[in-house]
Amino acid sequence: MLTEQNESVTFECETGNYHTFCPISCVSWLYQKIEDSFFLVIGTKTCGYFLQNAMGVMIFSEPRYAMAELEEGDISAKLNDYEELKRLCLQIKKDRNPSVIFWIGTCTTEIIKMDLEGIAPKLEAEIDVAIVVARANGLDYAFTQGEDTILVAMAQRCPQEPEISIDSTSFKSQEENYTNHPPLILFGSLPASVANQLTFELKKQGIKVSGWLPSKRYTELPTITEGNYVCGVNPFLSRTATTLMRRRKATLIGAPFPIGPDGTRAWIEKICSIFNIIPIGLEEREGKIWEGLEEYLKLIANKSVFFMGDNLLEISLSRFLIKCGMIVYEIGIPYMDKRYQGGEIKLLEKTCKEMNIPMPVIVEKPDNYKQLERIRKLQPDLVITGMAHANPLEARGITTK
Amino acid sequence: AGPAHIGTLRIASSFKNVHAIMHAPLGDDYFNVMKSMLERERGFTPVTASVVDRHVLARGSQEKVVNNISRKDVEEQPDLIVLTPTCTSSILQEDLQNFVNRASLESKADVILADVNHYRVNELQAADRTLEQIVSFYIEKARKYNTLELQRTETPSVNIIGSTCLGFHNQHDISELKRLFSDLGVSINLIIPEGSSVNQLKNLPKAWCNIVPYREVGLMSANYLEKEFNIPCIDINPIGTIELANFIRKLQSVLNALGSDVSFEDYITLQTKFKSQASWFSKSIDCQNLTGKKAVVFGDSTHAAAITKILSREMGIHVAWSGTYCKYDETWFKKEVTGLCDNVIITEDHGLIANLIAKTEPAAIFGTQMERHIGKRLNIPCGVISSPVHIQNFPLSYKPFMGYEGTNQIADLVYNSFTLGMEDHLIEIFGGHDTTEALTNTLSSVDDLKWSTEAKQELQKIPGFVRGKIKRSTEKFAKSNNINSITLEVMYAAKENVGA
Repeated sequence: MLTEQNESVTFECETGNYHTFCPISCVSWLYQKIEDSFFLVIGTKTCGYFLQNAMGVMIFSEPRYAMAELEEGDISAKLNDYEELKRLCLQIKKDRNPSVIFWIGTCTTEIIKMDLEGIAPKLEAEIDVAIVVARANGLDYAFTQGEDTILVAMAQRCPQEPEISIDSTSFKSQEENYTNHPPLILFGSLPASVANQLTFELKKQGIKVSGWLPSKRYTELPTITEGNYVCGVNPFLSRTATTLMRRRKATLIGAPFPIGPDGTRAWIEKICSIFNIIPIGLEEREGKIWEGLEEYLKLIANKSVFFMGDNLLEISLSRFLIKCGMIVYEIGIPYMDKRYQGGEIKLLEKTCKEMNIPMPVIVEKPDNYKQLERIRKLQPDLVITGMAHANPLEARGITTK
Repeated sequence: AGPAHIGTLRIASSFKNVHAIMHAPLGDDYFNVMKSMLERERGFTPVTASVVDRHVLARGSQEKVVNNISRKDVEEQPDLIVLTPTCTSSILQEDLQNFVNRASLESKADVILADVNHYRVNELQAADRTLEQIVSFYIEKARKYNTLELQRTETPSVNIIGSTCLGFHNQHDISELKRLFSDLGVSINLIIPEGSSVNQLKNLPKAWCNIVPYREVGLMSANYLEKEFNIPCIDINPIGTIELANFIRKLQSVLNALGSDVSFEDYITLQTKFKSQASWFSKSIDCQNLTGKKAVVFGDSTHAAAITKILSREMGIHVAWSGTYCKYDETWFKKEVTGLCDNVIITEDHGLIANLIAKTEPAAIFGTQMERHIGKRLNIPCGVISSPVHIQNFPLSYKPFMGYEGTNQIADLVYNSFTLGMEDHLIEIFGGHDTTEALTNTLSSVDDLKWSTEAKQELQKIPGFVRGKIKRSTEKFAKSNNINSITLEVMYAAKENVGA
């Protein structure tokens, strides 16, 4: 598998017979992130069963999240989609009064060509609750890409014109700490504490984060207009990036992702360079964090890793682990956007050269069966994989994560 | 209950050397995760997907399914490949049977298409049907090649039908049944599907009778075998002392009708009086305290019915209502529990069950994991008696529900649920012993520090059991750096400082 002489990473593509989560699983973290939302997954018993098992049974006692289970009558168009959805959404409005209802389209709505995008605006006007449609189906997407489909839909709902902020005066004193630069909006859902920390990191460089997509509440979506800058924090948001560029005319900052101290530094440096800011104290900060990690680094140095691939974070994690001194044999990944992940791939190549280790192979749409054969041959120290393979691999003496 | 294909997969992957191929979009192979995690399975789950993607929507599966079948045939060399339709393939309406016919021409393995319709049947019905389908397929095949074993075994023997993977305490139940039959001097001809090979199915007719321990899976196969070979079937669920005695007596009469001469009465008496503690328990003072306490029961039909009978007939507990989500089996369920509870509930709507529990306010719930979570919210203890379940319901220790050991386990489960509730009340009445708040305050001696609102909120997000520790270490950090007010930034800096 190792290609010693290569100057850059090689890309391969297999059969796509691999295990991953269905993209509707993004509901489980997004409903927590967007506090005034309600998620309605329009699918079958299969979708419901998946959510119930993947997220724990308590999920259905959770009030901000429901399944619209399609019956035979829906499939054969004996029932009226519009009326059915209206009945459900009115009930949701009555019971929970959310600011927004997300309709999550699934494989089934896709195949029977249920016109969710067409129905939504009409129903929205009729019941006076925002309805956002995202097609997070297993026909087209894998796992984390579900979030991408939802952010794409939300990006189009961001206000165009900056609202005149009433309490802009109260922020005045803080504003002075920032350098003058065009508005910067970050996209990707992160736990509030992580989002805060990234905001502070940029603040230290005098960069102001004007908003996050998604925001804590749907009603607080950031304004995005022409000339604004946007930057992604997660590697699986390529469609969101495209939408922000094409539909909102924003400029994308293509940086590596803030995963690992090396990634975080590169991410900040890239943003600084766009705004012509010379970053301060970054090298020192990165060094200090590496110091703190020393205990762990000793454990993993020179150990080998194999990524089977299921969530699109694989490139960034590999790059980080190589920097930690590990050897990566194979990076499996469901889908590879070479443009959106361009900065990350460059950093990966740079890191490999710096650490003087062979370039790993990136396998898009991997074939789990063939991967297991390669794992058997290579006997890596660590296989990063999904739950379907973890126990069987452990039983065969291979450590998994 | 889950979707139909889960039932088919449970049957297929219970057999040895049977591979299932799902005709499904990416992500629908969630079954593998469940099997690997819940059962802590050491082997790779023999289930793969023939992925349905955009291309399949546009042009049909074409060669894809056939190729995937042939590929698995070569790679795994299974005895049987089961092509499994899902909700997605149900709507696509491709001629899957045609793929099966074509693939079986080339492959060494037998290939069949699971005859289940996603929109008509659920997991349990599909499992029942798939098992019957596989049984009849191999009986017919043996007939054709004249290899069918029709000679009944010399001494009494039984088939146990319906032992499946991911079944509720299934492995333990089967071990307990094995022990029971060995005590009774009855040998076991075959246990299907779990752990058996499809090539053994031709031996099914050798048994004197069929045992179907679970209501949900196995009855169709038993009926098929009764029709074809006149093998009688015992479908009493051997759960609880009374039903267990009924079960053994039925076995006795069936065997004697076939020319055997056995009497199990002494065994029943001995076991009930001395082996099982359950009947003594029901006479003891402990159990008298439970008399008339209100409980509700919900689950699959086997377990909900059995537990209702035990609570009401063996322990004198007042069952306010008993229910099942097996709607298709309504008649049977009603017949079993009528007279033992005030009301019978048949529904698949967990919202309705949640509301009913809240309205009834029972002293304990016996239900699935769903009801356990409802119980948590309402502060009512819950004993889990049926699927859907979590990993804690696949215990490592021996915990059968069936047989005489099962009666002990159930007595413990019931008793523990109720006492926990009582203790809870006593603590509440006497003021409780929850002094966590005071503890944190006294231990954090620093009081000249101010916490900003955001930092306080952040602190509240941290799980309770480490919150105190984080608070103290943050304050320590602030103090040693001469910081007087703790903001979010200070918190993160403190966190970095300790290297967390």
